[in-house]
Amino acid sequence: MNLYIPILLFVVIAIAFPIVTLAIAKLISAGRYDPIKVEPYECGNPITSEARDHRFSVRFYLIAVLFVVFDVETVFLFPWAVMFRKLALFGFVEMLVFLGILVVGYVYAWRRGALQWV
Amino acid sequence: MANPWVAFLLVPLVKIVVILGVVILLAAYLSFFERKILAYMQIRIGPNRVGPRGWLQPIADALKLFVKEDILPSRAEKLVYMLGPVLVTAPALVVFSVIPFGTGFTLFGAQVTPYLTDVNIGILFILGVSSVGVYGIILGGWASNNKFSLMGGLRSAAQLVSYEVPMGFSVVAVLLMANSLSLVKIVEAQKSAGVWFVFPGLVAFFIYFVCGVAETNRNPFDLPEAESELVAGFHTEYSGMKFAFYFLAEYANMIVISSIATVLFLGGWLPPFPSWLAGVWASPVFTWIPPVIWNAGWFVVKVFAFLFVYIWFRGTFPRYRFDQLMALGWKVFIPVSLVNLVAVALGVLLIGGPR
Repeated sequence: MNLYIPILLFVVIAIAFPIVTLAIAKLISAGRYDPIKVEPYECGNPITSEARDHRFSVRFYLIAVLFVVFDVETVFLFPWAVMFRKLALFGFVEMLVFLGILVVGYVYAWRRGALQWV
Repeated sequence: MANPWVAFLLVPLVKIVVILGVVILLAAYLSFFERKILAYMQIRIGPNRVGPRGWLQPIADALKLFVKEDILPSRAEKLVYMLGPVLVTAPALVVFSVIPFGTGFTLFGAQVTPYLTDVNIGILFILGVSSVGVYGIILGGWASNNKFSLMGGLRSAAQLVSYEVPMGFSVVAVLLMANSLSLVKIVEAQKSAGVWFVFPGLVAFFIYFVCGVAETNRNPFDLPEAESELVAGFHTEYSGMKFAFYFLAEYANMIVISSIATVLFLGGWLPPFPSWLAGVWASPVFTWIPPVIWNAGWFVVKVFAFLFVYIWFRGTFPRYRFDQLMALGWKVFIPVSLVNLVAVALGVLLIGGPR
């Protein structure tokens, strides 16, 4: 556990550093309020609509869902990789089965066009 | 180190300050190196006005950004908008707490290690912490309430999660050979194997580095901030010091990716071909160098080689289109890295792997 105390310390300092710097910069930086200046940038045109009212492609959600599946798989691979020499052939075959099931899902997603952008 | 306060507070604090100082200074100077190298690639001179040959340019840039006006957009989600730069900077810096720069040495009779700590889940910790950075980008893009920022943030999130998967697979290929998650043990495994893992894991190395370039939103994968379509992407609305922190985080992340690639594939602090050329490295030509400087020197040389490749990419490749980017990640890298993973596992199983 003692190994993690320095990391905790580092996390605290790494979070405090930008906050403190931003606070100091806020105090000494120049600036004059102007209603035009604080408008969202839209190449100089008047704002036509709220940015968040616009809908965006459903593919972004699809990618996020697919990512969860694959990333969880990667997490399962980590302990397997560390213990691989001890597990030997049994571990290899078992992971082949595990990856095989996932590849079926991957091929299915590919065939259904989930990986196809546009 | 009988006093627990010295062991648990003072020594780590000194190391943290040194690491932070070096990383931030290096990130600042990386922008200078980038401008200079790009300039010479395009037959220009680059920044040469501030200081001798322009060497004070990053300091001037930092000072300028420090006193610049910090605009708070009227329609922005104020708290989240201000949280963005913090969320993106902190993880990029925290990762350096587990990266080993060399082996332990003795200083004033006390054992000192040139890294903050060596946890046994090192690489998992790095992957986890560096993933937090995406929150800073997507929240910053969303909170700005600007169409360009929103699109940039979305693209960035999709790109980062897409390339996270093949990156994880290629890291697992290294773990198969190293049998440990600790970064120090991974380097030591390369020492006992007598060969850098780049040779048995060439495919994994290639995939890791390309995914690393994509993860840091650098050319040719800089879709989230593609200036020809999205103005400046997720940081369009950011100015002054908040922009500076996004900038710092991007360059710190480049150093992170280069350091991890060095540790995983290029043998960390080991000299080239540690076993074949063992006689050469043990000759009196090199042995007068203190081991700390010798080890850290090799580490820095390798990291700089990667950083140069980063800049070289930027000077060479045109930008991907977004559908090409996604197709490359999902249809090329994932199958290739999966097959590579099975091949490496088979190799370790059959020949016992490099020892």
